[in-house]
Amino acid sequence: MSDPGKLNTSSSELDLDRPNIEDYLPSGASIHEPHGQLRLRDLLDISPTLTEAAGAIIDDSFTRCFKSNPPEPWNWNVYLFPLWCCGVVVRYGILFPVRVIVLTIGWIIFLSAYIPVHVLLKGHDKLRKKIERYLVELICSFFVASWTGVVKYHGPRPSMRPKQVFVSNHTSMIDFIVLEQMTPFAVIMQKHPGWVGLLQSTILDSLGCIWFNRSEAKDRETVAKKLRDHVQGSDNNPLLIFPEGTCVNNHYTVMFKKGAFELGCTVCPIAVKYNKIFVDAFWNSRKQSFTMHLLQLMTSWAVVCDVWYLEPQTLKHGETAIEFAERVRDIISVRAGLKKVPWDGYLKYSRPSPKHRELKQQSFAETILRRLEER
Amino acid sequence: MGNASSMLTQYDIEEVQEHCHKLFSQQEIVSLYQRFCQLDRNAKGFISADEFLSVPEFAMNPLSQRLLKMVDGLNFKDFVAFLSAFSSKATTEQKIALIFKVYDSDGNGKVSFNDILNVLRNLSGSFMSDEQREQVLTQVLKEAGYTKECYLLLDDFIKVFGNSGLKMEVEVPVD
Repeated sequence: MSDPGKLNTSSSELDLDRPNIEDYLPSGASIHEPHGQLRLRDLLDISPTLTEAAGAIIDDSFTRCFKSNPPEPWNWNVYLFPLWCCGVVVRYGILFPVRVIVLTIGWIIFLSAYIPVHVLLKGHDKLRKKIERYLVELICSFFVASWTGVVKYHGPRPSMRPKQVFVSNHTSMIDFIVLEQMTPFAVIMQKHPGWVGLLQSTILDSLGCIWFNRSEAKDRETVAKKLRDHVQGSDNNPLLIFPEGTCVNNHYTVMFKKGAFELGCTVCPIAVKYNKIFVDAFWNSRKQSFTMHLLQLMTSWAVVCDVWYLEPQTLKHGETAIEFAERVRDIISVRAGLKKVPWDGYLKYSRPSPKHRELKQQSFAETILRRLEER
Repeated sequence: MGNASSMLTQYDIEEVQEHCHKLFSQQEIVSLYQRFCQLDRNAKGFISADEFLSVPEFAMNPLSQRLLKMVDGLNFKDFVAFLSAFSSKATTEQKIALIFKVYDSDGNGKVSFNDILNVLRNLSGSFMSDEQREQVLTQVLKEAGYTKECYLLLDDFIKVFGNSGLKMEVEVPVD
């Protein structure tokens, strides 16, 4: 997925998803002293604004969320380097082909069972869905095996109940596979191009998955409706939502979108934390395609992660959807050891709305006018 | 220093340090280089305006467009030189010189009434009318002994800012 060259300013609609960023950002010194006679120096002194700008250029909490730190090279001396070379040979020469074979076998089994079931059992929907769910769980297990995934699940297995949704932090599309191998979730995902898109529109569709398109503005309403319809149906697979809306590097969480939290359902948080010693599972969609990402995983030693199924939460009395979302984000971040940042993940794809700049301008103008009156 | 390399040699670091008048330590220059490479996504050797604006905190800043004109397309050496005014080691005069450059958008060494008005416009947006801005500016200029037609030079700026400490510092995070 390539980054568009020119980004548009986000519509103010997206702002409704989160509280004021200003409440969270470190506030620079107020633009001016709030009182006292206004002098030329005060008017000319733009140092606070410049300091904020320079601070943002040098380091900002948003870009940090999407930084994949390259691991420290440990093979830097004469003894360790040959060991590393052996490791490379084993990984690429032995493990990788074995994994490819395992995965191919898995696909053959899956397709040879799925296609007949899908076509022949057209009339017997309940049975067909049951078998398809099982088969999808199976192919996900094969995927996980193809990276030597060591997943430790903590907490009670999610049960299939109506009026409940699952939310999780998001690091890569493999989050879905890791979670799916245990429970047949229906997920809401961005529609992708290529072979992933093909899988989405055929197999995953039968699970009841919902697709959205970030770039379409009107898309939000149609998707919100689809979500509501899905959770009402008792026979549907439990819905899995990644409220961050984008992949983050597994050290931070960005703001949760409130859509999942205003469906009137119980929200069951899931926290996923990958162990970086074995491989960095963060999918930086700007730097590599999903295929390259999978290949990288398949040529590493293992994918080790922890999955915690946390206590279901409901909207508290007097709590807004945004507060509810933040509370659940807090629960997940604490459990997985992630830091919270006050940014909307969609700022990866669009510019901040002019509202933030206007707030600063308003504060500045008011100070000037007030001090003028104090003379 | 190579445009695409992500390794700085000791020689490169020293060259950059000279260029910014030793206002940054060598460790800070290494950190700044990591940051530069992070923002410069396709390793072109400079950061484009779009890449600067992808930092939401920067895009939200009222003076972002003005600053963009100054930093757009700078190579690493000049990038560090620009940021050196924000070092704790920079003198007040060096900081005032940067502020002057922000005002003096046409770079002719003189800041006119309109130049200051333009910056005020950036800072106050639609929350003050042009008349209000002109009125405030004329008033404070008069009290400081200048008229509307005056051009302010760097020395004037230094005089106006006087001895009152100018706080304009950013810390470079060093791992």
